[in-house]
Amino acid sequence: MAARASTRVRATSRSASADLRRPSALLSREQKLELYYYMRLTRSLEERLVNLYRQTKVVGGLFRSLGQEADAVGSAYALDRTRGDFLSPLIRNLGSMLVQGAKPVEIIRQYMAKGDSPTRGRELNIHFGDTVRGFVGQISHLGDMVPVMTGITLSFKMRGEPRVGLVYVGDGATSTGAFHEGINFAAVQRCPMVVIVENNGYAYSTPLSRQTAAPELRDKAMAYGVPGEQADGNDVLATYDVTRRAVDRARRGEGVTLIELITYRRKGHAEHDNQSYVPDGEIQRWETENDPLDRYVALLSAEGVAATELARIDERIRTEIDAATDEAEASPMPEPEDALRGVYADPASAEPLWYRRGVSSAVDGHERPASWGTFNG
Amino acid sequence: MAETTYLEAIRQALFEEMERDPNVFMLGEDIGAYGGAFKVTDGLLERFGEQRVIDTPISEAAIVGAAAGAAHMGLRPVCEMQFIDFISCAYDMLTNYVATARYRAFLPCPLVVRGPSGGYVRGGPFHSQNPEAAFLHTPGLKIVYPATASDAKGLLKSAIRDEDPVLFFEHKYLYRRIKEELPDGDHLVPIGKARLAREGTSLSIITYAATVWKALEAAEQLEEEDGLSVEVLDLRSLQPMDDEAIFATVKKTNRVMIVHEDTRTGGVAGEVTARITENVFEWLDAPILRVTAADVPLPYSPPLEDFVLPQTSDIVTVARRLAAW
Repeated sequence: MAARASTRVRATSRSASADLRRPSALLSREQKLELYYYMRLTRSLEERLVNLYRQTKVVGGLFRSLGQEADAVGSAYALDRTRGDFLSPLIRNLGSMLVQGAKPVEIIRQYMAKGDSPTRGRELNIHFGDTVRGFVGQISHLGDMVPVMTGITLSFKMRGEPRVGLVYVGDGATSTGAFHEGINFAAVQRCPMVVIVENNGYAYSTPLSRQTAAPELRDKAMAYGVPGEQADGNDVLATYDVTRRAVDRARRGEGVTLIELITYRRKGHAEHDNQSYVPDGEIQRWETENDPLDRYVALLSAEGVAATELARIDERIRTEIDAATDEAEASPMPEPEDALRGVYADPASAEPLWYRRGVSSAVDGHERPASWGTFNG
Repeated sequence: MAETTYLEAIRQALFEEMERDPNVFMLGEDIGAYGGAFKVTDGLLERFGEQRVIDTPISEAAIVGAAAGAAHMGLRPVCEMQFIDFISCAYDMLTNYVATARYRAFLPCPLVVRGPSGGYVRGGPFHSQNPEAAFLHTPGLKIVYPATASDAKGLLKSAIRDEDPVLFFEHKYLYRRIKEELPDGDHLVPIGKARLAREGTSLSIITYAATVWKALEAAEQLEEEDGLSVEVLDLRSLQPMDDEAIFATVKKTNRVMIVHEDTRTGGVAGEVTARITENVFEWLDAPILRVTAADVPLPYSPPLEDFVLPQTSDIVTVARRLAAW
């Protein structure tokens, strides 16, 4: 696993920012700084969540995307929000949701299980969505969002809308039946869909070598008759380029693209995971040699962005996260009775169970026959 | 006026709803060019085109998952399971994704999953199943299982218009055996309301789907041979279940049996029994009895299948026992 590094990536990862054919060559300075903003916001927000977790203010587990910020942000940035493009994130794609307009306060409220969180305390962490802003909440069953995105993009196609859908899966989810069924059906229907396989080396503790015998995950595309691309997921402009090309293809009606983004999961599956299964030195090597933020800062500074300008963005992010934390901490916990609402459109609420209604028996209030339980003969 | 079969009633419902609402579309295996394994969707492709009648790969999870995605975007998908036995391949998608979508993410998910269900057709273990109990346990899904042509049409039209996901089980034994005159016009049957199939005073049979007809046969026999007046309640809708109608028949006859074709343990009859004992126990003059399939996979050979599935004679036997309590 340790040998798997960005040098093995075959696609567009060579530092070729001068190449004007790259879609990222058309990004303005402001847009490039916006990419930095979202990557830094992702990292800083997660660092704040770690603090809250250690203060036991986070309810349940905490999932990090440390070292994977570039692949989430760069790929999501390739969508066109003005046209109503859609995405479905995975647990390590907080950055993609921020790009689509998710707010730090929403994330913190989710993690704190607050009553005014986007799911009103019903679902955990970043499992939430908003069809207006264009992201749909994932479920924990890996691969399931691929068929769902097939249906979302099928609706774009049926209605002749020039919209594109992007769905993230991890290396592990490529082993699921839902992944296979979803991408295959979308390929047959030529849905305007992009599937990003975020290859971060591990599914919980299972390394890629135990997940698949395929040499590279992008090779799976061949079986579905769709293009398979690969890029350095720790190079934000490379992920933008490869995704943007796939998004443009999809919008032109040319169907599905599968993209493998090579990255590395520097933290455990969740905060509790001590990563005892990771070979010595592997994490440190990725941290020192291949941190996506360090790499992007170096690139920006080579393009003439002053350190002070980035520091101002960092400061703005700190202020935003502070405000979001205060707001989320002040948020109320949900009302218990809200748990019964909204399972169905009709009925709008389930009835409380009789022993939660303060009655002494289920038959209280029921009309009884006069004869029952009495001797009347 | 001509009589319409149960199968034709379902096709009429699909035609009418697709004509009425351009957001309604169908997806399933062999439903287009071939018209479906039982020809339920025959003629739909010619009328509505392949954008709205989609032949899919053999991928039940993708059929249901894609339907969910399309439903979020305002479409009204109707999925066909070629045989309802294959709905288990989409169990994860239905129970984890579809059933929870509104609750956990406020995502509308108005879709219908329909397909030929049930036995008495020598279909063997994988073409005869009644999977309703597996889904009754999942909050967020509605479940209907009509016994008559009129209910098949009216409930399917209601299911397609419903804002919630609906599992619509069609009994394949009834497809071409049941015929009746259908009401004119835009015939809708509300989901969640039982139907009193036969009035009586001696005892009640609560049932649904194909065993409604066996219960009615048994009721005739019991009236002729025993002078018993048997009430038959056709639930039609299992989720939501019509508690009021169930409790009303309990209070009327004070003797209740529940009949279903599905296997016994963990079946719908157990749930109906619990609702009765929790709410109207005092009105019972006898224990609640069940007539169901035996707890085995459904075998193929006629003597085996007939032995496992509930027959009219079983209902008669149990009804006599109940009446004599």
